[in-house]
Amino acid sequence: MSRGSIISSIMHRVDLFPTHEYQGLKLRPGRPYPFGAMVIGNAVNFSVYSRYATDCTLVLFHNREEKPFIEIPFFKEFRLGNVFSMMVFDLDYENIEYGYRMDGPFLPAEGHRFDKSKILLDPYAKLIVGRDVWGKQPNLDNIYQYRARVVFDDFDWENDLPLETPVNDLIVYEMHVRNFTCGAGSGVKHKGTFAGIVEKIPYLKELGVNCVELMPIHEFDEFENFRPSPVDGHPLYNLWGYSNVGFFAPKAAYASSGRFSMQVDELKNLVKRLHANGIEVMLDVVFNHTAEGDQRGPYISYRGIDNKTYYMLTPDGGYFNFSGCGNTLNCNNPNVRDMIVESLRYWVTDYHIDGFRFDLAAILGRDQNGNPMSNPPLLESLAHDPVLGKTKLIAEAWDAGGLYQVGSFPSWGRWAEWNGKFRDSIRRFLKSDEGVLGDVKERIIGSPDLYASQGRGVKASVNFVTAHDGFTLMDLVSYNDKHNEANGEDNRDGENHNNSWNCGCEGPTDDADINARRHRQVKNAITLLMVSQGIPMVLSGDEMGNSQQGNNNAYCQDNEIAWLDWNDLEKNADIFRYFKQIIQFRRQHKVLRYDEHLTHSDYRNLGYPDFSWHGVKAWQPESGHHNLTAAFMLNGRYAETDGVPDDFIYVAMNMHWEMHGFELPQLPEGMAWHVFANTGMEAPADIAEPGKEPLIDSQKEILVGPRSIIILVGRSDK
Amino acid sequence: MNTETYKLGEELDSFNHEQVQKEILTILEKGCDAVLDMTACKYISSTGLRVLLYSKKVAASKGLKLYLKGVSDEVKDIMDVTGFNNFFDYA
Repeated sequence: MSRGSIISSIMHRVDLFPTHEYQGLKLRPGRPYPFGAMVIGNAVNFSVYSRYATDCTLVLFHNREEKPFIEIPFFKEFRLGNVFSMMVFDLDYENIEYGYRMDGPFLPAEGHRFDKSKILLDPYAKLIVGRDVWGKQPNLDNIYQYRARVVFDDFDWENDLPLETPVNDLIVYEMHVRNFTCGAGSGVKHKGTFAGIVEKIPYLKELGVNCVELMPIHEFDEFENFRPSPVDGHPLYNLWGYSNVGFFAPKAAYASSGRFSMQVDELKNLVKRLHANGIEVMLDVVFNHTAEGDQRGPYISYRGIDNKTYYMLTPDGGYFNFSGCGNTLNCNNPNVRDMIVESLRYWVTDYHIDGFRFDLAAILGRDQNGNPMSNPPLLESLAHDPVLGKTKLIAEAWDAGGLYQVGSFPSWGRWAEWNGKFRDSIRRFLKSDEGVLGDVKERIIGSPDLYASQGRGVKASVNFVTAHDGFTLMDLVSYNDKHNEANGEDNRDGENHNNSWNCGCEGPTDDADINARRHRQVKNAITLLMVSQGIPMVLSGDEMGNSQQGNNNAYCQDNEIAWLDWNDLEKNADIFRYFKQIIQFRRQHKVLRYDEHLTHSDYRNLGYPDFSWHGVKAWQPESGHHNLTAAFMLNGRYAETDGVPDDFIYVAMNMHWEMHGFELPQLPEGMAWHVFANTGMEAPADIAEPGKEPLIDSQKEILVGPRSIIILVGRSDK
Repeated sequence: MNTETYKLGEELDSFNHEQVQKEILTILEKGCDAVLDMTACKYISSTGLRVLLYSKKVAASKGLKLYLKGVSDEVKDIMDVTGFNNFFDYA
């Protein structure tokens, strides 16, 4: 072998020799960047920044021991700029927990709350222990509750990468790690964990979704605000987890292996396995606030590391509360902005995450004084970040401070939004509100009124009828009012304006007519979602008719209220079958999944416009009953796949409580209408297998039953 | 081709990983397939999982086989949920 072609021995670094010693541990000045703890050779590099701290101490524990075995001050020469960093040699880093003490002024009026009596979590901690087994009572006297460990970041991904599914092809399934498999009949071995989701991958494939959106999986404390229910004494946890302890670490108790601190590997395995089955993974991320609350809250990390940097503060040093949770992360401080960008990059590079949904994202566009900005630097950074270049970014485009930006969220063409207006309009239409059809039509065609003028396209709109916040779909058609008594706040919590209708009786009933109506309404809702342009999002459990007993804010109900009851799959078999078929239908028909807005014109002279509205009379959209009937047709010739045109699709919607006849538009020569779905029919006649739709007798007119939707497919039978 | 068996102790973690790794590599260096007898092993840490996977990859790079044997339910479960089981053949 020629000299210089291949190096056959390992080169040794010259900068891995200790320069200092402290109580028997060997040290040297660390590398300031990257922040956090990282293994370099036989040393661990610890690095933390604080703009206003005067001194910093590294505190090391042996695993799970109450008291630290050493506290190492950062020597003067270990500080560069505002960064404290040191390398510690020969640590058994699998058996080390670390934290920091920060010294500095305690002057709340000036924004500083340093307290060196506290041991603080590294804001960049990648592995956090202390809440390792869900619901296991922690020792609250422990001086260091949430403990950072050094992560093993090597993982064999084999050939896995984020899937980069075109955004308009997504069918998102919003799920909660515990709610998904903790309930009766889930049949999994590892209930309520990442591993439990792996066991359910065949189910997700059968359902047909191609993206799961996980409600927060960053480390949080289920014991935050823990209390017994005043109603019946059952424990109320922070189940949903919209309260971050760390932005880089997965929730330990969501891992079956969390008791051995292997949550990182378990989550990575989940992502890898979902990817192998064509399912993307999106994370619901909460960058608007932290679990430290306001001035009455605990010192976990940020407050003690650098309060003035991390939090948006009022002029007198109090905490702005745009999140409704006590504090507001100072997202447009340059250092906090960097942390958020780094966190997201980390989840994409180290966990192969495909996208993010940003909770209360309007906060990310507020300046350090809380004022909304027109070009928020954080949002711009994320839109243009190279690592996140193909990552889906979805905003919940409002906050608890009254900023509502649906349709106006600063996007740079990269951001999609949770379309709250879709939810509201479709719900009102479903319960036969007469004044909403104009708005419903905008929603069905991808909300051009919100997104066309900015050129954001259909793909800016994440459509949903239900989400974790609010009623489940079955409850939406079973309750007029919320029933949150079990939350212990006298039913004051949760949304009051649900646009729901109980179909004739509040809550469960034996009345067969009411139950049939509810099933029909559920099918109407999923139909409208799946035939609308935009990205559909399904709430986990809706496909089996899951109920939360009328609770529309089950954030603390770690029990049968929030858990899916898998026995519902059998009880509501018709609903599950309907969901499967209509999801498959959407996946088979490109004409339902445009990425740009429709033109309503025949711009390629194909004989029909790409999209047309109709009424009870063909080509006359105004014809109909009191804004409760409408129909539309999609021209499949405008949606070719490899030169093969899609079918024509015609959808007739009747939300009136009486039957109406709809005149059908005539198809091109040689084609005929076939019926794919009719929610007015009992199963199995309610929906066909996509591609095997039966021909309808009359090609001139169809009768659409009370509160029913019919989907026809126009194609030529060979 | 020869096969050698290496018996693991009760635990495989950062305390003993260097020794275990060395002994497994010694077998592979000799050009032998390896069987790791884990009958006695009750606990395996993150470090331990990586010792096994590294050994497997070294074996594969040399065209050798490496099998696990006698894996307890507890250890098997940890390997399942972390995905490490997918890389191994069992003797």
